[in-house]
This record gives sequence, C-alpha cells and structure tokens, in this order.
Amino acid sequence: MDTKKLSYPYLVWITLTILVPMLLIFLYSIIEPGPEPLTFQFSLAHYLRALDGLHLQVLWGSFVIALASTAACLLIGYPAAWFISRLRARSQSQVILLLMMPMWINMLLRSYAWMTILSRNGILNSVLAFFGLPEQNLLYTDFAVILGMVYNFLPFMILPIYTAILKVDANLVDAARDLGASPGETFLKVIFPLSIPGIITGITMVFLPSMSSFVIPQLLGGGQFLMIGNLIERQYLLTGNWHFGSALAMLLMAFILLSVWLMKRFDPKSMDSGEGVIPW
Amino acid sequence: MKKLLGIALFVLTLAGCGNDGREQLFVYNWGEYMDPEAIRLFEDEFGVRVVYDTFDSNETMYQVLRAGTTQYDVVFPSDYKIERMISEGMLLPLDFDKLPNATHISENLLGLGFDPQNRYSVPYFWGTVGIVYDTKVVSGPVDSWSILWDEAYGGQIYMYDSQRDSLMVALKLLGYSLNTTDMDELAAARDLLIKQSPLVIAYVTDHVIMSMIAGNAALAVVYSGDAAFIMSENPNMNFAIPKEGTNLWVDAMVIPKGANNPDLAHAFINFMHRADIAEMNTRHVMYSTPNVLALEAVKGEVWADNFAYNPPREVLDGIPMEMFRDPGAYLEIYDRIWSEVLIGAR
Repeated sequence: MDTKKLSYPYLVWITLTILVPMLLIFLYSIIEPGPEPLTFQFSLAHYLRALDGLHLQVLWGSFVIALASTAACLLIGYPAAWFISRLRARSQSQVILLLMMPMWINMLLRSYAWMTILSRNGILNSVLAFFGLPEQNLLYTDFAVILGMVYNFLPFMILPIYTAILKVDANLVDAARDLGASPGETFLKVIFPLSIPGIITGITMVFLPSMSSFVIPQLLGGGQFLMIGNLIERQYLLTGNWHFGSALAMLLMAFILLSVWLMKRFDPKSMDSGEGVIPW
Repeated sequence: MKKLLGIALFVLTLAGCGNDGREQLFVYNWGEYMDPEAIRLFEDEFGVRVVYDTFDSNETMYQVLRAGTTQYDVVFPSDYKIERMISEGMLLPLDFDKLPNATHISENLLGLGFDPQNRYSVPYFWGTVGIVYDTKVVSGPVDSWSILWDEAYGGQIYMYDSQRDSLMVALKLLGYSLNTTDMDELAAARDLLIKQSPLVIAYVTDHVIMSMIAGNAALAVVYSGDAAFIMSENPNMNFAIPKEGTNLWVDAMVIPKGANNPDLAHAFINFMHRADIAEMNTRHVMYSTPNVLALEAVKGEVWADNFAYNPPREVLDGIPMEMFRDPGAYLEIYDRIWSEVLIGAR
C-alpha cells in the first residue's frame, strides 16, 4: 500500500481547519463593504488602523507577558526535563504521565481553580492565616497571569526538551567523560548544545499560545490586562467589526512568524535536519 | 469500508436522536436566567422539546443571530439591542391575541423608548445598576458613585468588565448622559476611569457574585438582580442606587424573523408570564419581575424586600434613570475608549 495515501486525511483536515480559515481571515482583513449591499471593495484601512500607537502598545504588552511566561517556563522546564531524563525508564513514563494529566482537564476549569486558590479569602490566604503569616493579594496581578500561563503551558516546554535530551547519544557523553571533562563540562559542552533544538521547539510551543492567549489574562488578570487576543475577541464578539479583527489577527500572525523565524536562526541544526522544526 | 459505513450510520442516528417526533422550540437566553423546572413544565404541558442555549452578552447573541447558523424561536435581548434589531428588521411583530398573560406586566415597564408601542417585545426581567457594599467595612452612607473613587477603599473595589457599564458610572458621576456621543464628555469619563484604576482590584462580570458573597471586596458595581442574590447569601452586604442616576434596563422576549415555530414561540412567551411560572423564575434568578402577580406573591420576603429587587417608586422617581440606546457606530468608539482606559491603567 502506498503510505503516502495515509497522509491524505491529514491534508484534508489541515486544509479545512487551518488553511481555509486563514485565507478567509486574510480576505476579511483587506476588504470593506462597498457602496451597494453585498458588494466589497479592496481596502487597507483596517491595517492602518491596526498599526496605530494604541494597538501597537497592546501588542507590545502581550509580547512582554508572553516573553516573561516563556522565560519562566524555560527556567522551570529545563531542570525538570533534565531531572526526568535521569530517572529509571519506568519512572520516566510515570512522571511524564503525571505531567500530562492536568491537561485532560479543561483549561477554563483549571484557571477557575487558581482563582479560588489565589483570591483574598481563598485557600492560599487561609493556609497563610493558619500559620500566622500576612495575607497576600495575588489574584488579578501580573504574577497571577504569568502563573496561569506557566501552569497551562509548562508541559509544552518540558516534553520537547526531555525528548531532545534523551536523544543525545550516550557515546558522546561517555567520550567527553573519557577525555577528562567534568560532569559540569560535559553538560555545558555536550548535552546542552545538543538539546538546543528541543529548547527552541519548547520556546515556540509556549510563546505562541501565551502571545495569543485571552482567557487566562481575562480570568486571572481581572480584565486589567489587555492582550492582543482580548482585542481581537472584542472585534468579533462585541463591535462586530470582523474586518478590523482580521487585520489585528494578521498583524499578530506576522509578529509570531517573525519571532519564530528569528528563533530558528539560533538553531544550528534546523537547516539540515527536521529536528526542532515546529510542526507545520 | 462496511465498517466505515456502519460508523457513519451510527453517527447519523445519534444526530437524528434530537428529534424524537416532538415539536422543537429553540430558545436563546442569558446564562442562569430561568428556572429549569419552568422549561420542563412547558415541555410537559405542550408535548414539545425545548432546545435551550445561553449567551453571556447582547453582542455575542447578536453576532450569533446575524450569522444565522441557528434559527431561534425565542430570544431574550436587552432594551438597546432590541431597538437595533427592530430597526434592522430582525424581529417579528408579536400577536398579542396569543399573549393574554401580557396583561400581567406592570405599566411602568411598557411603552419604553426601545419599543414604544410594545409591538416586538415582552419584558422578562428588569432592574438597575448600583453599588453593593459591605456594611462591615464601608462606614457612612453610600449614595454616590464618587465612593468608588475614595482612596480609603483602594484595592477593595470591583468594577464591571463591560465597556458601557463602566463608562456609564463615570459619565453619570460627571453629570452626563450615559448615551453621550460628545467626544469631550467621553474623554473626561475615560480620564476619570484611568484615575480610578489604581483603586480597582479587577474588572469582572459574573465572578463578582461569588466574590462579594465571599466578602473579597468592600464595593462593587453590580446589576440589581445579582445584588439581590448577593444580599440573600451574605447579610453584611447592602445595595445603593447612587443619586447621580443610573441605568434602568429591561431584558425582554422577542421572536426573530425566520423563527421556525412562531406559534409555539408565542405560547412560550405567554407561558413565561403565567403567574406561577413568572414567580418560579423570579424566585430562582432573583431578578425583578415585571409581572405584577408574581411580584405580589413574593412581596415581604426577605430577599425581595430591598432596593435591589424592589426599589420603592419614590426612589426610582427621585433618581434620574436613563436607558441605554443603541450606540450604532459609537460601539467602536466605546471600544477604543475602553482600550485606552485599560492601557492607561497599566
């Protein structure tokens, strides 16, 4: 049987659910209603509007929050991935399972759970009060938003790094040790460089959803964090200006593609192998 | 291949299950806005099946109706949205011969600006927007929106995460109309909200209900019906309608054009205003009923005996009430102003 045929359902799926909607959004972003009903004319007005100072400020704010979340995920995720890769094979799969388990619960529910934990008369403050410690106001702060993002997106950082570390040829590590490198040197000069593709995939996988997230800042940020995702959502659901919303979405997409392209330039292997390449 | 066919058939059967021969009525209402028992009673009495969907904002509801992917028979928009839907020809004129129970509706809630002749809508719930406050924390009388700018309550204030409701508070405090289209007035309201932002814990919607019941804040801008529920759960909470005036609103039942079953839709609207059903719903939701028989039935009960659920006539007459009008193209200007508030607040 021709194995190529097996990819057809996937191609159909990707065309219907990604390519066609993206084309529609693009189309929406460059037209506006014409003078007659049901006619349309070409227009770049939505892009000009999307590029004004206020909206660029929103984009920048989202970028900063996404960057902070991605950095936090990397700082927590790399040691975690390293730790998991050092476990016995059996324990490894168990820990990975534990890591994946929260993802079976709807993200909205998990965010609501954090609201219950962090709110003023919530679980965290009850515990603090029990030990006679001062009350903390954590909900509706930058901290809560970044916490929510890290909590939701951390597995996307750990898994690719873990896979990359596992793939490092044990012979290379042995050779380094054989030739007199200390464990620290072996890590810095052999394992870490070889795990960079995993890091890059991880950063991409965390940065993308953080940048476009709108539910987490809404719930845990108390509506005070205007992310580009919130702005786009409002154009579709509130003002009903799909053209402007589409232009904002295209702007976000361009920004993300640019970031991914910049990231890939740091990846020494992406040119000659498929590793570390984001899955599209 | 046969297996695939089997699966396809199975899926088709499942999809068809929705229709078990009974007539169907598609209802689109706000979340948590009806006693499920009332729907069950209607289904039993009329031998039909009600497909009940919910929305969380007028704008979402409007986009869904415009998209036309589901043909709803009965929808529950608010005043200003009804005004817009009437002007766009989206609604069916009602046949009041089929709505005998509409006579149970208080005259005070008829003939309002959004549907002056009451041709398209039947009021379902109504109310005001005011301040819920914790009497244990807030000292002195609460009678003005200005208390939401009082630095003594910094970090203890919830605002409403809705552009028009939050702008309304600032506009009213400044003495302007909540429907203003004057850019200077809107800019003044924006600046006032930015000035307030350091005192605000969060801009929230339904979450304010659980938060105030838990006593997480001292002051919150809330809809009167939510206030009635908060007060019934937490006796320390009280409700005030600020003297500068506020938004008087009505959510009403309408039948969109293109409804598949207008007769049954009329029957449903009529059923909602049968005295016992209207009472059941107002008890369940705790929003103020326009139905005088239902209001009489709950009169004197603790949860209903306050300014939130049943403000005395003299209070309503003494405070300048205003209803939202359809903002038209100003919706985008409000949206931009709200973005400016949130960016300015950072």
